[in-house]
Parts: sequence; structure tokens; C-alpha cells
Amino acid sequence: MPNTKPRVALFVTCLVDLHRPSVGFAAIKLLEQAGCHVEVPRAQTCCGQPAYNSGDRATARELCRGLLDAFGGYEYVVVPSGSCGGMLREHMPHLFDDDPNTRARADALAARTYELVSFLTDVMGVKSVDAAYAGTVTYHDSCAGLRELGIKAQPRALLASVDGLKLTELADAEVCCGFGGTFCVKYPEISVRMVSDKTKSIAATGADTLLAGDMGCLLNMAGRLKREGSPVKTRHIAEVLAGMTGDLPPIGEARGGEGRG
Amino acid sequence: MHINSPKFKANVTHALADTRLQKALDFTRPSFAGRRSAAVANLPEFEQLRDIGRDIKNHTLAHLDFYLETWAANVEKAGGHVHWCSTADEARAAVLKICQDAGARTVTKGKSMISEELGINEHLEKHGIAPVETDLGEYILQIRDEGPSHIIAPAFHLNREDWEESFRKVHTDLPADRVFNERRDILTEARTRLREKFLAADVGITGANFLIAETGSSVIVTNEGNGDLTQTLPKVHIALASIEKVVPTLEDATSLLRLLARSATGQDFSVYTTFSTGGRRPGDLDGPEEYHVVLIDNGRSNMLGTEFQEMLRCIRCAACMNHCPVYFTVGGHSYGWVYPGPMGSVLTPSLIGVDQAGHLPNASTFCGKCESVCPVKIPLPKLMRHWREREFERHLSPQGTRSNLAIWAWFAKRPQLYRYATGFAARVLGWLGGNKGRVASLPFASGWTEGRDLPTPEGDTFFARYAKAQREGKA
Repeated sequence: MPNTKPRVALFVTCLVDLHRPSVGFAAIKLLEQAGCHVEVPRAQTCCGQPAYNSGDRATARELCRGLLDAFGGYEYVVVPSGSCGGMLREHMPHLFDDDPNTRARADALAARTYELVSFLTDVMGVKSVDAAYAGTVTYHDSCAGLRELGIKAQPRALLASVDGLKLTELADAEVCCGFGGTFCVKYPEISVRMVSDKTKSIAATGADTLLAGDMGCLLNMAGRLKREGSPVKTRHIAEVLAGMTGDLPPIGEARGGEGRG
Repeated sequence: MHINSPKFKANVTHALADTRLQKALDFTRPSFAGRRSAAVANLPEFEQLRDIGRDIKNHTLAHLDFYLETWAANVEKAGGHVHWCSTADEARAAVLKICQDAGARTVTKGKSMISEELGINEHLEKHGIAPVETDLGEYILQIRDEGPSHIIAPAFHLNREDWEESFRKVHTDLPADRVFNERRDILTEARTRLREKFLAADVGITGANFLIAETGSSVIVTNEGNGDLTQTLPKVHIALASIEKVVPTLEDATSLLRLLARSATGQDFSVYTTFSTGGRRPGDLDGPEEYHVVLIDNGRSNMLGTEFQEMLRCIRCAACMNHCPVYFTVGGHSYGWVYPGPMGSVLTPSLIGVDQAGHLPNASTFCGKCESVCPVKIPLPKLMRHWREREFERHLSPQGTRSNLAIWAWFAKRPQLYRYATGFAARVLGWLGGNKGRVASLPFASGWTEGRDLPTPEGDTFFARYAKAQREGKA
């Protein structure tokens, strides 16, 4: 009964597109398992945050206008990132405060847009996933997902259903990892000190794997862990939930070798 | 106060290398956040109170002229005097004149951030009047000739050994075997020295947490009781208050007081909350003969009617900085002026100009923690972003950043070309990562790689792989 399936557009995000395509495929797999019909509109690029948070409102508007066209007509737009999800849900409509027609379209898109994991649990009613992961993981709550979209219980609920996975909570899980978009290269000294605080907390959990739901934070934390020579593996939560960790090396590690050789 | 904000990056480098400072920051960090959350957990209506606090402030700011005039009329009715000052110069002159008219030689002071903003101490000293800070933290900072690093715990960046060193420098009669192991030892020393100053002072200067329009009162909260001795013992009391401190009624002030201490120190209420209405009346047992309020604008009215108006709701509780991961990494002095942390990153550019304070609203990850704990729900990240917009419009943001952004945006607006560009980038980066999956050094991304490896892309982009899968009928 393909017609009864909700038609979902995947917003891949620029970092998943460039750095970690497997997260996009993991998202498709999870959405299809949940009973969605998934399409990937080709006209999408980026949610505009690099411009928006650099004060370039005009560029952010233009990019978001492109997304309104790209994602029009879908029942839902799902994005494997709390940060880009927050941009579309909480910020994008206000870029059109002075343009009532576009604002109405933006509001409609915002209301249909969800971060991946919370979409699975809150909209599709997914209670468990068919996946296994042998290891102890810890989970970092990315800021935008946590504070703009209220994502906290959802990833933990689904992780609890992964065979063999043990979750050890991270002290200060809600404290920023220091990524902050362009912040991490504008103020590298501060950013590196913040992510070093984070890697200390990660090490203290004794977990062998770090998970989160946002590529920016993951690249930042993985980059620091590897610089410190840490054996902790870093992955996007979707890879684990989709059971796609088998032949996919952790972020920042080589194909064929887990951990630092 | 001297402006050091343009040197933010250098200040940060210095702060990160300062092991004493880092020790103090690490020591204090958990207690601020822990105390607030315990206090909030004990008050079921705290979230509703935040809405009430926001609404009280919004209403007042929408009718600020009316409430200030009402307040001022009631101050005069109670026998007090109001000095309307639009600039820092006017405010300094008003304070000096009141002190000179009272023949003052020694002036005691309660903790006041607006006094730091105006540079009252330097101005009085220049005119032969000795100001004495009586808040414990401010007292030690005055000895050390430092500014506060926090708006309610001005000297928390100092460790026990810093205190002892500073005391010994000026209290030269201290016996060598005198110990300063406990907080109590420090307090006793400061109390003893300050007692004589309280008694000698001709004028006492305090800040004001609130001004109450319906009664013409000013309110201060303290934990040490120094504010009360400052404002009741001398002949003359001067309260320094900026225009946004006014609230309509006593009821409004008490609603905000219920938010203030819980947000600030995690106390249900501060130890001392003192209302001053006029000077000593016939029959009063104590109190100053004269009560003056120096009311200061100093740039705030320029914020009214702009996107920064919401900042004027701030009640100076410090919850934003107490929960800020950037603040606890760099410390308050790095911000380079009076107000540090997220509230400073919005307020400072408003008061000294974004050309001076441009780093401040940029040095935020927009993690949103500050907004989530603000008792009057100021959208601090949004307001910082507005400053970034002002900078961008005025071409104040760095040229390199602007060019990179423009190149990226040019592609991002053209999905087909963007696909080619990202495909190319993914392959180049993947090649650089070789068989390690990361690079340790990249000349054009040194900001990233000086402290982190850069994980490199898996290989082809998502869109390349997806298109291929579709061609092969797999997607």
C-alpha cells in the first residue's frame, strides 16, 4: 500500500553530504523501516546557518527560499541534525517576517520539519530498532537539538533497543562541545579548550564509542579525540540505529581499522 | 573604565595560560550551576515567574518615560533628590558635586556595576576624595587595582593565596604568623579594616537593583550587609541607578526579587534586601540626612525601539555567565570592559560601540544555555546575532571571513554547481586523509588543525553516491 506511506523528503545537510554520506543512507534506511516513502530533492544545499550566524541575513534568506522550493509538497522534511533542524524550525520563518506570503510558506515548512531521531519516535511512533552494537557508548546532547528542539529522551529510548549496546551517561552531556559553526575556526583557542573539557568527560565514562546527532559536533569531538590519541570511536547515532557500523569506519578513522593503530 | 575589548583574542591567550585563573574558574564552575538548579527545583512556579518577570520588564520599558517620571516625583515627595544624567560625564559630575557639597573626604561604596561603568572611583580620587569599596570582593580588587571579572562575584577569579598576598601588601602591620586558610579568616581581616572606614565615611554610594515607581524607593540586595552600613551610617546616601532599573510597583519588585537570588546564587533570597525611601525622617532612629539618586542613561535609551530593547530587561543576576562555557574558559577579564559573559556580549557593544566590542557577540557558540536560564527570558544568542548583522552591514567583520562566505554562498545558491564543487572537495580532502581518515595539518584550515585533527570525507559525496545508486536501481 505505497499510497498510505507518508512522503518524506530527506534534507541531507551539507556536512553529511560532504563528510559522512553514510549517515544519509542510514537515515533513509531508518525512515523506510519506519514505513516512510523517502525522496531526496536534488535542489537542496545548505540551511544557511553559516551565513545566518555570520550576520549575512540576505544570503541566509536566499538559501532558505531555495529550500522552500526544494521541500514544498512533502508531508515531512527530515534532517539528521538538530542544528539544521533548529534552523528550519525556529529561525528560518523569521527571516521572512517582512514578507507575509513567504512567511506563511516558511511557517508551513517549519511545522513539517523534524530532526531524524525525534521524527522516528515522536511522529512515526518507533519504539525500537533492529540493530546490534557490541560496545559501551556515551551520548553528547548537541545544543540546538537539545535546547531548540527538546531532543533528550528520544535518542536514549532508541539506543536502549539496540542489541548489545550499553549506554553510560556523560557528565556535562548538555554542555557545548565548542564547535559552534564558524566559531571553531574564528576562536580556535577557546574552541579547543572547550572540546578538551568534553574529551575529558568522555574518557571518564570509560565508553568505547561516542555518539551524537550532529556532524559538526562529531567532527569537532572526533578531531580532538584523535589528536589526543584516544581509542574512543566516534559515530553519528543514525549509523548505530541503522545497524550500519559493520563496514563503515568511525569518524576520523581509516577503513579496515577500528581505533588508532 | 578602560576599554580592552578590541584585544579580546590576546586577552584570551593570556587567560588560557594563567593557571591560577584556570584553577579558580574550574573550582567555581560547578557550584554556580548546581546551586541555581537546586533552588529552581524547589520552586514549582519558577517557570511561570520567568514569564511574569519578562512581562513586568516589557511593560515598564514600553512606558519607561511614565514610570521614571512617576518614580522621580515620588522620590522628591519622600524628601529625596533625583539627578537626571544622560552621559557618564554628567553622572560623574553629579556624584562629585554631592560629595563636595557634603565636604566629603572618605566615601564608602557598596558593590555597583554602573559605578564601574562610570569610573566613579577614579573621578573621586582625582578630586581628592577617597572611595572605599566595602563589598569583600570589590575591596580586594581595589587593593589590587583590578576590575571585577563577574557582575555578582567580582573577585571569584582570585584564589586564597591571592587574597593573602594582597592583604599583606597593604595591611603591613599583619603578623607574619597570621593564617588565611579559611574564608572566615579573610572575612575577619576585611571586616576589621572596613569598620573604621564605615564610621569615618561622609558619603555612602550604592547601586540599586530596582527603583519602585509607586513609592519612589530604591532597593539593594547584598549578602554581606556592607550595603546597609554604606547607606545608613554616613550623612549622605547616593544611589546610582540606570534608567532600566525602574519597575511600577512594590509587588513587581518582589516578583523580580523571587527570581533574582535564585538565578544568581541559588539562594531563595539574598541575606539583606533593603528598601530606601528618602532620607531620615523626623523620629527615625537612623539613616542618612540626604538621599540622592543619580539616574543614568549613558546610551541605554538608544536601545529602546531597536532589536536590542530586550536587553534592557536584564536584572544583573549573572545566571547567563554562570552557565556559559565560553565565560568559564576565558574568565571575565577577557571581555575587556565592565560586563562579561553573554549579557556583556550584547550590552557592551550597545554602550561602547560594536566597532570596539565586535569580538564579544562573535565569541559565542550559540549553545543557548544562557537564554535557557535567563530569569527574564532575554534571547541572548538572537541579540548577539543581531550584532553580527550590524557588523556585516557595516563591513566590520573580517575581510577573509566575508570572502569565504561569499564564495561558499555563490555555490550554495546554485545546487548543480555546488554538487561539482563538493564532489571535488570531498575527493581532495579524502585524498589528503589518505588511509588514515584524517589530517593533522591543513594550511587553509589551521584554525581547526592547530588543536584537532580534521576527519576527512568518506569518499564521494552523498549526492554522488545516491545518484549512482539510483542509476543502478538501488535507491
